[in-house]
Amino acid sequence: MTAISVSGLNKWYGSYHALRDIDLTVEPGERIVVCGPSGSGKSTLIRCLNRLEDHQSGSIVVNGTPLTDDLKNLSAVRREVGMVFQHFNLFPHLTVLENCALPQILARGTRRAEAEARARRYLERVRIPEQSAKFPGQLSGGQQQRVAIARALCMEPKVMLFDEPTSALDPEMIKEVLETMIALADDGMTMIVVTHEMGFARRVADRVIFMDAGQIVEQAPPEDFFGNPHHARTREFLEQIVH
Amino acid sequence: MTSVTEHPPLAAQTPPAKARTPLVRLLFGDALSALLTLLALGLILALLPALDWAILDAVWRTEDPDACRQGGACWAYVHDKARLILFGIYPPDQHWRPLLVIGLILAMVLASLSPRLWGARLLAIWGLSLLAMLGLMQGGFLGLPLVPTSQWGGLPVTLLLAVLSLGIGFPFAVALALGRRSALPVPRLVSVGLIELVRGLPLVGVLFVASILLPLLLPEGWTIDKLGRTLAALTVFAAVYLAEVIRGGLQGVDKGQGEAAQALGIPFWKTIWHIILPQAIQKVIPPLTNTAIIMVKNTSLVMIVGVFDMLGAGRAAAADPAWPAPYTETYLFVALMYFLICIAISLYSRWLEQTVKNRSHS
Repeated sequence: MTAISVSGLNKWYGSYHALRDIDLTVEPGERIVVCGPSGSGKSTLIRCLNRLEDHQSGSIVVNGTPLTDDLKNLSAVRREVGMVFQHFNLFPHLTVLENCALPQILARGTRRAEAEARARRYLERVRIPEQSAKFPGQLSGGQQQRVAIARALCMEPKVMLFDEPTSALDPEMIKEVLETMIALADDGMTMIVVTHEMGFARRVADRVIFMDAGQIVEQAPPEDFFGNPHHARTREFLEQIVH
Repeated sequence: MTSVTEHPPLAAQTPPAKARTPLVRLLFGDALSALLTLLALGLILALLPALDWAILDAVWRTEDPDACRQGGACWAYVHDKARLILFGIYPPDQHWRPLLVIGLILAMVLASLSPRLWGARLLAIWGLSLLAMLGLMQGGFLGLPLVPTSQWGGLPVTLLLAVLSLGIGFPFAVALALGRRSALPVPRLVSVGLIELVRGLPLVGVLFVASILLPLLLPEGWTIDKLGRTLAALTVFAAVYLAEVIRGGLQGVDKGQGEAAQALGIPFWKTIWHIILPQAIQKVIPPLTNTAIIMVKNTSLVMIVGVFDMLGAGRAAAADPAWPAPYTETYLFVALMYFLICIAISLYSRWLEQTVKNRSHS
């Protein structure tokens, strides 16, 4: 079964046409990198995939569940889809451990002991188990983003969405987050990553998607995408960011 | 070719000491300082006679009211009437009951200070202990003589009205604040309407409506106790003011918090209770404190609808013709009690704010 299939997706903000006829299929285990100039609709696209934004036409099916106004479908989809945000969005009033444990308890009714054990396991996996008693405000940006990744993984999602996960980080912290994401990709996680980290795209992406003005302009495996971009707008964009 | 100079690591140094300003310069350094210093001195001099009255010429202990006619403060009277001021016309042989209630409130407050303990369990304990306190005041069971609320008075009434109006008002305030921010028109209009209506009325007016108009409007045979009606008025009043404070806090919570909770699949009400509200309330501790202090003092207005709170009990005590009209001393004593309550709330809120801040930002 395809992990995500989007067809004929359109979204407007008021009269602004933010997404235009998007078709996209993601197979399980596939890693997709989405790039494009700001305002091109890439964040909007992945925010539609777990309905942080609603769409006006077209269909989105996640692991066989169509994303509609039906609340039961919506929570089924959100259980399968984890998300990591540009600004981490950790819960500042909870410790690192609670950030990872409480959502399991609240969203799934997991027992506390089990939730905490799983939280520790994933904090171990993103290599910051020693920070579990601290509050998010006491961590560096890179550490916070790794906690955010662990928090999403604790829900054991089938698909992970990353919305510019390194854009808010100081340069020396980008690497630790990218390494965590690479490790996740190596474990076979299905990932859709909005990022401008082209090194990451070359290293892990199965497919790179270039968006402009709300449309998918070009999609190709990274070697073709970087080596032989077809579209003039893609070439222009790559010239801007690859130096 | 790059050149690298070897530097030994520098030891951390303390900043150079700041020179102390001499006291004379602080007090008389410029025209404004000098003026303020002189004004302060003048104020102190002007207050000296009051000090004479309150301490040097005061009568501290006497059984004889006439000893108080020399012009000094009559603290002996406050001593004599303390029970009346603190407990009103509650039957004197039962005074242990309101005293126990005061003790219980203090114990509950002390037990609730640490934010670590906050949660559904503490709320339940508060609910049960408040019911127990009301039962203890009222009596009529287990051999406790029945004391109707018309005979309650003094400090326990003040404390119970303040705690209950804020405590019951709080969940309504949260509902009103959420309603006011809701995208659905009905909850929004109801919330806005209620908040603006009650905020536009003076508390005295709300109290009169509750205590005089409400019984007239209710059908024959329906009576709500006067204290209960007063409490309802104070609660509505507290709720709308708290609602606006909480709304401010809700607006200060980053939109990403709700999005993260949504993306994790946390249901709406659990998100509000566990994620949004705790952060919103942390952000508005100072104005919440302000509202709490104002409500404690607002309880003194219930006197005008005939409920004997501490101020009302004090006035009743001062009306005793045997003593030479010791209103000033009574009011000072009552004021001292209010001040102690309010300063305690204030100090606590500062500590709480600091604790919360230390916790979430290194």
